[in-house]
Amino acid sequence: MTTDILADIKETLINGDQKRTVELTKIALENGIEPMTIINSALTVGMQVVGDRFSTGEFFLPNLIVAGMAVQNAMSILEPELQARHEEVQSAGTVVIGTVKGDIHEIGKSLVATLLSCSGFEVYDLGVDVPNETFVAKVEEIGANLLGLSALLTTTMTMQRQTIEELEKAGLRDRVKVMVGGAPVSGEWAESIGADGYAEDAMAAVRLAKRLVQ
Amino acid sequence: MSLRIRILEKETIDQIIDEALGVLQDPGVRIHNEEALELLAEAEALVDHEAKVAKIPEKLVRWSLDQAPSDFDLYTLTGKPASHYGGDAVQFDPGSAALTILDSESQEQRPPVTSDFVTFVKLVEVLPQLDAQSTAMICTDVPAEIGDLYRLYLALNYMCKPIVTGAFGKDTWWIMKEMLEVAVGGSEELASKPVAIFDVCPSPPLLWSDLTCQNLIDCARTGIPSELVSMPLAGAAAPVTLAGAVVQHTAECMSGVLISQLAQEGAPIVWGGSPAAFDMREGTTPMGDVGTWLIDCAYAEVGKALGMPTHAYLGMSDAKVVDAQCGLESAGGTIMAALTGINMISGAGMLDFESCQSLEKLVIDAEIIGMTKRLITGVEIREKPIALSLIREMGHRGEYLGHPHTMRWFQKELYFPSQIIDRGSLDSWKSKGRKTSFERARDEVKRLVVEYEPSGLAPEVRDELRHITERAANKFGMDRLPALPRE
Repeated sequence: MTTDILADIKETLINGDQKRTVELTKIALENGIEPMTIINSALTVGMQVVGDRFSTGEFFLPNLIVAGMAVQNAMSILEPELQARHEEVQSAGTVVIGTVKGDIHEIGKSLVATLLSCSGFEVYDLGVDVPNETFVAKVEEIGANLLGLSALLTTTMTMQRQTIEELEKAGLRDRVKVMVGGAPVSGEWAESIGADGYAEDAMAAVRLAKRLVQ
Repeated sequence: MSLRIRILEKETIDQIIDEALGVLQDPGVRIHNEEALELLAEAEALVDHEAKVAKIPEKLVRWSLDQAPSDFDLYTLTGKPASHYGGDAVQFDPGSAALTILDSESQEQRPPVTSDFVTFVKLVEVLPQLDAQSTAMICTDVPAEIGDLYRLYLALNYMCKPIVTGAFGKDTWWIMKEMLEVAVGGSEELASKPVAIFDVCPSPPLLWSDLTCQNLIDCARTGIPSELVSMPLAGAAAPVTLAGAVVQHTAECMSGVLISQLAQEGAPIVWGGSPAAFDMREGTTPMGDVGTWLIDCAYAEVGKALGMPTHAYLGMSDAKVVDAQCGLESAGGTIMAALTGINMISGAGMLDFESCQSLEKLVIDAEIIGMTKRLITGVEIREKPIALSLIREMGHRGEYLGHPHTMRWFQKELYFPSQIIDRGSLDSWKSKGRKTSFERARDEVKRLVVEYEPSGLAPEVRDELRHITERAANKFGMDRLPALPRE
């Protein structure tokens, strides 16, 4: 019975049946399966399969994102149960992300935010046109260990530099790794403004984030 | 008889228009510009100033579509009509605002500088296949804050053809307008014979940023044409179905037409865009994708049905070098756009989505455009009978090369490519050094650049343009502009 439900959760997760993944998670809890078992033996392994299939080209971004959302929804049911047992899942890291001031380009940034969530990061997406001080305040408030700054325009990429300067002034620079991205941004630019890394696309951003928090 | 295709049924177009009107009513459009929100509120749209959302009734949209002109011209710097927006006119200009240039020797992308863009402008001027210039790359040897207007300054010094451009700021737009007025001799001259059109880009989904909305309003009020560049990303920031993406495009463009006509009735405005069918593996926005072509052609048909002049960013490639993928994608998009009768097709020279310009790709694309322009003129009946009397006269002799009929028609009937297209024998190709099309394009660039002749812009106009640009540069810490390459 236990292995059947766990296998079903994994299967629905892989197939992208979000609603069923959540329903089965509830049923598993009702049947007395430990939340940590559901996470380790169904959700994590299912997500691993989705990730592998994406890497080989069998799956596409919608598969990845739908599965990621299913895990998040299932986790919202499991988290109170974990708390009741004084258990917790290790987060990969805490990320503040947004598009810099003067720039309203959303898609690249949102895709990175979603994929980071799917990869186990706790993500605070501040949206677009975000003032430098808002980034700094949020990093301080939640003790983030990663900050992602997106800029799509040559005229706004200088805001990435300014935000890093503001972090320094606030004495937070040592506590947080900064990653930058966006069409005009390059590795050289990242280096020249003192960022910790640059990623050219969303998948590379996830790899970079994992490396930076190690 | 010119060749045209139609990819949407009339009922589909009507359905798309109906649904777009429905989108404008609910959920409406996000507008981060107070002036536009005021204009819409005065016109009795439902404006939520807090949320910055306007819900727009159908009759307002219909009114604005009636006000917008169905056609207008862009002029050369010397005041001659050069590009016609409207009907099924088909014209081409290069892709705009590249962040890099593909180095001719190393084939690596590098930041463009003044001399790169000047060479580019000269090439566009010399290539007969291209109908207009564009501010095609962002030079990195000046402060980023003047990146938009510096491109226009350079272009105005070397061009005669009209130009497709755009501003990166609310303030720089006014400086660019001043430059255009200086170049043509005043604001009335600029309004009556516009030499430039400004791209204004809503952000998907359904958002007008403060900057681009202000550019739209300022263009309308000063009589400078603007070009709506709506870019639904099918599957990411727009519905994944191609028709669904066109519904979003239609709604965004309708909102742009309305804002422009509320600012100034009769302001010239173009139904354009740069959509993409989002790549579901890489998370990128492929400009060479077949889905992208179809969205472009479909929205242009909707624009035509509404009586609007049309534009599209097509003929670009996602390849990183000038290779087979590059040729395939650029040709496909160019041919589809021309067959649809899109008035201005922007994309020549552009690689790596919309981020890298290449001189070599530009001259290869000119060949694609040349062939495409020939393609859409179709098969013409030059005389009647078509050939019966001629064939009877010749009987079974295959000696047409020497016949007056051939002499009379061959230059009109056939398209003659440049040396970029190799049609020689194998031996001839070997004896010329076994060159690839890229290498031949590199030779062609060198040959064409020296054909360029200075535009004849008066020295005092050049001085004034320099003063305006230098004043702007001074504000951002640059004392002297880079020297202009000699003509």
